[in-house]
This record gives sequence, structure tokens and C-alpha cells, in this order.
Amino acid sequence: MLNIIDSFQMRPGVGGGRIHGVPPLCPEGGGSAGRDVIRGRRRRDRRGLEMESVLALGGLVLLRDSVEWEGRSLLKALIKKSALCGERVHILGCEVSEDEFREGFDASVNSRLIYHDLFRDPLNWSGEALPGGPLGALQAMCKRTDRGPVTIALDSLSWLLLHLPCPALCQALCALSQQHSRPGGSSPVEPVRVLGLLHEELHGPGPLGALSSLAQAEVTLSGTMGQASAHILSWRPQQCPARQTQWFSILPDFSLDLQGGPPLESQPHPEPHTPPVDPTAHVTFNLHLSESERAAKDSLTLPFQFSSEKQQALLRPGPRQATGRIFYEPDAYDDLDQEDPDDDLDV
Amino acid sequence: MFPELNNLLNTTPDRTEQGKLTLLCDAKTDGSFLVHHFLSFYLKANCKVCFVALVQSFSHYNIVGRKLGVSLTAARECGQLVFLEGLKSSVDVFFRAQAEPHPLQFLREADAGSLQPVYEFVREALKPVEDGQAAWRYPVLLVDDLSVLLSLGLGAVAVLDFMHYCRVAVCWEQKGNIVALVHDSGDAEDEENDILLNGLSHQSHLILRAEGLATGFCRDVHGQLRILWRTPSQPAAQRDRSLTYQYKIQDKSVSFFAKGMSPAVL
Repeated sequence: MLNIIDSFQMRPGVGGGRIHGVPPLCPEGGGSAGRDVIRGRRRRDRRGLEMESVLALGGLVLLRDSVEWEGRSLLKALIKKSALCGERVHILGCEVSEDEFREGFDASVNSRLIYHDLFRDPLNWSGEALPGGPLGALQAMCKRTDRGPVTIALDSLSWLLLHLPCPALCQALCALSQQHSRPGGSSPVEPVRVLGLLHEELHGPGPLGALSSLAQAEVTLSGTMGQASAHILSWRPQQCPARQTQWFSILPDFSLDLQGGPPLESQPHPEPHTPPVDPTAHVTFNLHLSESERAAKDSLTLPFQFSSEKQQALLRPGPRQATGRIFYEPDAYDDLDQEDPDDDLDV
Repeated sequence: MFPELNNLLNTTPDRTEQGKLTLLCDAKTDGSFLVHHFLSFYLKANCKVCFVALVQSFSHYNIVGRKLGVSLTAARECGQLVFLEGLKSSVDVFFRAQAEPHPLQFLREADAGSLQPVYEFVREALKPVEDGQAAWRYPVLLVDDLSVLLSLGLGAVAVLDFMHYCRVAVCWEQKGNIVALVHDSGDAEDEENDILLNGLSHQSHLILRAEGLATGFCRDVHGQLRILWRTPSQPAAQRDRSLTYQYKIQDKSVSFFAKGMSPAVL
């Protein structure tokens, strides 16, 4: 998220890849721990630089939201960022009215927003539709003639996907995302960034996969315990996809507030004023030992514990003490055989 | 209306938000008590109500409304309530000349297209009175329910388009409110219904979801109600965004209590 935001501030060819707002941790580099932290941060910054360069190329960025974690406020926050950088922002509004969309933006931002209203009469039921319907409005945005860096926001891509055939929509998105070169060809091309809000529960895997294949980056919104998070997946040509999770919140003026990590789990601490309850306090049996009982217990030899005394006693059987004797009175039917059955063994 | 539900939603007939879409949904239970609540609520709030009732007769709603303290007959006669009785007027569709427009004429069409005639009916019913005297506070559209339109052969996108245009006409142009009920098919794989439910959920400011208890039927707890506040265009407020309560439906009221706190088990 930090890197998507930074990409809105940086354009290629400006500055030497300096990261904004990252102060050095310890300027003197005190201690190996400090150096490791700095190294770690430089590694992250390098990855961030890579992500910035991917996003700075322009292209389609999908904002995937859900019912529980809505994405329009993030879309508006990114639009505000673009507008404050001097970019012009075209918005194709299908789901909310222009007044509702502009609400919360100040005048400096609103002056740079151009709202193409598909909300009021998208299907021409009232005779006030934009010419060409939804597809015509989308194609007209490809043919706009304004100069300079531009961001196009589609609110929402889901609405367009439900009303237009998927191939036609994909072709229009390709045409939108292509680099807009100035006539003459000598000046450098200006990348076009397209932000598409997508409600992922509304579509099957086919259309979602098609849009993902067109996208330069995907931001999936989720969260926990009231704190929103964005899982960012970006693709760079011939490189592995890069993933990052950023926790954030959006302020009432649609500024992005980036958080360091997930919210701390609220731990179930017991009340500090109540002492811990002793579970052995109210049982009906005695769990405690007196001193003499403890001494007797400790001195007890267990019957199957083999000690040196026991070994000696077994090896030298002492005088018989109270050994058991068996007294047997045979019955009339007993057959007592005095022979030892093992006598014939030669052992 | 149910005063306890008003307390949970922090609203009264005199103090309501305008321009909002409220989505009612039910899963494994009957959520029609919410429809009766909002019908009586907005009639008591002195709003002009257009009720598209597709599943029950007028007398059914009237009987329940009388228990909740409103008379639908009187409201209809004085013009506060415009009632489209789907069950009765659907039969009229087949006995009218085809050229005459009818809100439910999609029932006659071979390829069920759009709900534009219903939208025209709603817009006509709720348009502001031209003499300038506002007899009613703001318009309200109530629909019971949208899932039956899918059963009648319409696609989810057609129903979503109808709700879109109603939002334009009622919520945006006239700062009124819309309340609509959609059934949640739950485990049954009904993709069209899921698209309708999720699509409307994304546009709603308030979602009330009545669910049956996971453990089955209970005499003292009839279900649980999940309340989800959404802000589709604004950053989420700091207040509680989601609450869950259990409820018991009685003859003339519904009592709500926290989970596990039913008076029967305390």
C-alpha cells in the first residue's frame, strides 16, 4: 500500500528513486542490531522500489472488495492522491451519484475530477443516457484528448462486467491501459493508470481470471477486528509476482493512514483488583499434608522400586520371618501325584 | 413497528436518515416480520409509502398492521399508501388488452426482459405532489420480496437494474428510503440469487439479516438478527459496525436479547 501510494507521487524519470518519508534509523550506525535493521529496511525499500517501478508504468489496478470490507473509500483515497499530484482524474460512475462520490473531497481535488455519469440513466429508461450506453462511454474515455498524466477510475468494474460482454470489456480495458502517446511521437509517452473497483462475490472465476490477467496489480481488501488490510499482488514482466500486506485506515478526508502491523489481539486479562481464586479452597476432601505425613510419605519405599537393600535381601535370603505357609487338606477326589513331571528332563 | 428494534437501530419515526437503502434478508427462517416492522414504521413516520407486495395479499398485511397499530385501509384511502398487490394484479395481466401497460406485464413476455414498467409505476406513485403542499415527509419504497422475481423468470441483473433505477428516483432525486427483502438460499446453489443478494448488499446502507438458529428450532428463541451498518461511499465510522441479537416473535411484538440471554433460560 505504501508503495502504491508512493507510485502516485513519483513518475518515471523524476528523482533518483528516493523513498519519501523514510528517515535513517541510526545515522551513526550504532551496533550490529541497528545495521541489521537498516539492512532489512533497505531490502524492503528495494522491493518497494521494484513495486513502484511496476505501478509507475501504468496499467490496470484492480481493487477487489467485499460486502464487509468495502473498497470505494480506498478508491476515493487513491483518486485524491492522484489529484493532489496534479493529475487529471476521469471517473466513470455507475453505482453512486456524482454528489455522493464527490462528498468528502475538498475543492482542490474536486476541480481535477471529471465525472462521467452513468448512474442517472445507464439503460436509457428515462431518455437521459450517455450516448452509446455503457460501452460507448467506456470507449469514449479511450479517445479523450487531454494531455498530461491521467488516472481513470471505474466505479465499478463489477457493474460493467454485469452489463457488458466480458470480451468487449476486456478489449476496452486494454485500449484504456495502453500508453497514450502524443501526436508527433517524439515526446515520452504518458502512462495511464486505470483503477477498477471490483466486487469479487458477484463474479465467477472465469471473468475474474480474465481481468486478473489484464491487471498490473491487484489489491484485495480484508481485515480483522475493525482494522482494514490490503493484500497487494503485482506482476512485473518476466519476474515472480510480488506480494505485500499493508494495514491501513482511511480518514474522513480520504487521506490514507498506513499502519505498521495488525491490531494487537485484546488479551483476556483478569481484573487487577480481584485476587486469583484458589480452586482448592472449598473442596470436601483434604489435599494438604502435615509435616509428619509428608515425612512418612517421603520415606516410603515403593514395592517395585529396586534399591540396593532389596537386591541384598534377595541375594542372601535371611532367616525366615513370617513367610506364608500353605495348609492343604486333600479331598477324596484329589489325585495327588508326588512325581515331579520334570524328572525325566536332562537339564 | 417494534420499539425494541427501533432501539437497536437507534432510530424513531421522528428521527430517521434519508436517502438510504435498507436490505432485509433471511436465511433458514422467515424474515417477513421485518417487512411488517418497516411498513408500520414508515406509515407512522408520516411518509408516502409505495408497497410492491408480491407474496401476500393486502388483507394479510392489513391484519398484521392492525396489530402493530396502523390501518393500511385508511392509509390507502387517504393516499399515503400505494399498494401493488402482485397476487391479484398478476391475474389482471392476462385479462387485459395487450396494448395497455401494466406493471407486471413481464409475466406475459416470452423473454422476460426488464422491470421498467414496475419502475414507471413506482416513480408515478411516489412523484411529489405538484401543488407544492408536502402532505408527507418523504417517499419510501417497500418491496416484498425480490427473490420471487427470480422465480418468475427474471435475471438477477434485471432485478438489480430495477433497484438501481429505484435508487435513482427515490433515494437520490427525492431523498427517500428503500426497504427490500431478499431470501438467502444458503446452501442451495442458486447463483442468480447470490448475485442479487451480494449486488444489493454492496449498495445498502443497512443490512438486517434474520437467521435461523444453527442448532435448530427452539420454542423460546426463534432466530437471530444480524445488523450490519455500511457506508458505501464514506470511510467507515468508528461506531459498532455489526451487532447480533436473538429474538422471539410474539403476538404483537418481537423481543430482542443478547445471545444466550433469552428470558427462558435465565
